[in-house]
Amino acid sequence: MGMRLVKNGFWSLIALAMSWPALAETTALGVPTAWGTGLQASGGPIMTAIHDFNELVFWIMVAITIFVGVLLAWVVFRYNERRNPVPSQTSHHTGLEIAWTVVPVLILIVIAIPSFRLIYYQDRTAEADMTINVQGRQWYWNYSYPDHGGFAFDSRPVPTEDLQPGQMRNLAVDEPLVVPAGRNIRVISTGVDVIHSFFVPSLGVQRYSIPGRSIETWFRADRPGSFYGQCNQICGVNHWFMPIEVRAIPPAEFDAWVASARTRYAAAGAPAPVVAAAPAAPALATASDAPISIAQAR
Amino acid sequence: MATAHAHDDNHDHAPNFVNRWLFSTNHKDIGTLYILFALFAAIIGIFISLLMRIELQQPGLQIFADGQSWNAMVSAHGLIMVFFVIMPALIGGFGNWFVPIMIGAPDMAFPRLNNISFWLLVPAFLLLGGSMFVGQGAGAGWTIYPPLSDSQYQPGMSMDMALFALHLAGASSILGAANFITTILNMRAPGMTLHKMPLFVWSMLVTAFLLLLAVPVLGGAITMLITDRNFGTAFFRPEGGGDPVLFQHLFWFFGHPEVYIMILPAFGIVSHVVSTFSKKPVFGYLGMAYAMVAIGVVGFVVWAHHMYQSGMDVDTRAYFMAATMVIAVPTGVKIFSWIATMWGGSVRFDTPMLFAIGFIFLFTLGGVTGVVLANASVTQILHNTYYVVAHFHYVLSLGAVFGIYCGIYYWIGKMSGRQYPEKLGKIHFYLTFVGVNLTFFPMHFLGNQGMPRRYPDYADAFWGWNMVASVGAYISVASFVFFFYVMYATFRRGAVAVPNYWGDGATTLEWQVPSPPAFHTFDELPRIR
Repeated sequence: MGMRLVKNGFWSLIALAMSWPALAETTALGVPTAWGTGLQASGGPIMTAIHDFNELVFWIMVAITIFVGVLLAWVVFRYNERRNPVPSQTSHHTGLEIAWTVVPVLILIVIAIPSFRLIYYQDRTAEADMTINVQGRQWYWNYSYPDHGGFAFDSRPVPTEDLQPGQMRNLAVDEPLVVPAGRNIRVISTGVDVIHSFFVPSLGVQRYSIPGRSIETWFRADRPGSFYGQCNQICGVNHWFMPIEVRAIPPAEFDAWVASARTRYAAAGAPAPVVAAAPAAPALATASDAPISIAQAR
Repeated sequence: MATAHAHDDNHDHAPNFVNRWLFSTNHKDIGTLYILFALFAAIIGIFISLLMRIELQQPGLQIFADGQSWNAMVSAHGLIMVFFVIMPALIGGFGNWFVPIMIGAPDMAFPRLNNISFWLLVPAFLLLGGSMFVGQGAGAGWTIYPPLSDSQYQPGMSMDMALFALHLAGASSILGAANFITTILNMRAPGMTLHKMPLFVWSMLVTAFLLLLAVPVLGGAITMLITDRNFGTAFFRPEGGGDPVLFQHLFWFFGHPEVYIMILPAFGIVSHVVSTFSKKPVFGYLGMAYAMVAIGVVGFVVWAHHMYQSGMDVDTRAYFMAATMVIAVPTGVKIFSWIATMWGGSVRFDTPMLFAIGFIFLFTLGGVTGVVLANASVTQILHNTYYVVAHFHYVLSLGAVFGIYCGIYYWIGKMSGRQYPEKLGKIHFYLTFVGVNLTFFPMHFLGNQGMPRRYPDYADAFWGWNMVASVGAYISVASFVFFFYVMYATFRRGAVAVPNYWGDGATTLEWQVPSPPAFHTFDELPRIR
């Protein structure tokens, strides 16, 4: 809350503007950055692909905007009343009209081909290493791990007054969604009350959570770390206060975390384990001697 | 021609105030009512956006009690701007004023229907305004997606009031659309073939068809929502076998054409202004007209690009992506044709032309971000973020609203008989241009960084650009206040307008009649060539 020390709007703008270069250099992974202008840094293969595609589209768009801007500037400069007192009466040029119909079509094809490829890549994965059920609720998230015995837990935002050092206001949660880094995670979103949206920009993943529907998608975090997102579909009074934290940890640590989480959340009244034969199940037998707690997994 | 029988003009046209303004059947008076109504609604809509920008100026909850009151204001801002500012100004206002004159018709086809179309808007606006003060307010966004808009999550009268407001505004639009279609197809003066019709009339014809086909679908959707809320049906309730996504499909089948309904009349106005101030005929007239028809047709088959995250099959998304990108082609035709109209011209830079050039450039910017958003691949992380907010404000707040200002400055002398003061108009343009760009350009950055829309408070990293946007909004609001001063100065000390105050470039029929036109514009039907 140090940021709110400067109360006066105008002076805080000046202060921020002066600290711009310093702030712009800190590009942390998984979080938005102050004065950031581009997409968030990539934490996984989907986001990397989105970055590549966005780069292509961005420069095409910049070129088109500059082209139109230059044409307008030239018209203003060259064809104003003083410079060109007698207007021409030309109002047709078939070649020109065909050109400005066909060239945009070609540009769109250049954009569309990689874009089609990308949406099929983003859609689902054939090689999921594990599945996570995500459920948006008013106003927190519920995550369950059907492949690991079906334990489930709630992930709630940390109120501003309870923030620990290093936790970010409006982004920190009490129990993050823990996943193994480098593994393909299948996400099944379901809903229970109103529509929410599970949205983690740095992992390039977003799907609504809709009551009465299950929606599948996937993501992968390439490196250990925390990746933050926020609910992205208006869902009522606390829509702005149901953040998402995805914490990717090394796979070995993940197995240990699962073991402790199973006992911990079983006590909390999680649904009974379903039949799913989990890929990670063999590791669970020994995991109980590993004294890993949630706090250590962080 | 209108002055030929001046002594006849007065035989029936001294209606008293009540007859002239409450029971009006004259298209020009109804147009004036629409414009005044839109300006009044704009005061409220812009005041709400001012409150929102004050709230977002810094992190934390400042002036709003909680998220629900915020959501109610966000929803009201959207609905007011769409249904009670842009549509009444462009369609009801300029459409009523100039479609009959431009095609040489004595009035609209159904003058009494025209009157009820306007007067339906008033209770609609009262219901929507009242919904903000009843219960918790209608806080489901202007898209009113169930289940959030259902009675379990928005209990009380306010959501029902907002839905009935939409019904009334929708009925008003449908009746108005039927009136425009009939007028344009049946009441053109001899010689005024479809392919000689001014582009503004073309834009109104396409818009009217869009309204006629799209608004009833909204009516059906919100009727089902009303019965879900009040009469125990379950059209959109999953626990009763209904489907919330069905509502999204119905809403956007209306909602996407709706955005073209808002922008097409502005296209028409800009075409006239560009041609007038370049002193050249519009370049590629047929291409311009049929580009609008193409935008209207394709605009009906792209709706689900608003729903990429709703779990649609990937093949379906691929189709909607392709169809959406197609719209860029006719839009590009229009942009390039406007530039080609100016090319080789002898261009004057009066205020309407400044707004028109501003429109062309900023609409291009909003258009290219639209192409970005058409791609479901990138929209996976831009959906519902401030990037979307930036995009649609560039095409509407800087597109349609520039179109409205463009039309007001272009025609105010014609409508009122007094010309605006040029210097004040230019100051208004530059103030607006700086303000709105400072407001909305940083929103692209916020969206890229992942800031979701409809948030009264945000992660601290989003502070900087929000502060800039708020400063921009204060400038924009100042420019809006200044606009009222310009209007005051126009009526107070504006020069008396001659029939054709723009000179050679202004060739459509409204410039052949006095400013303002007589109560009955034409004593005898004009003949076109």
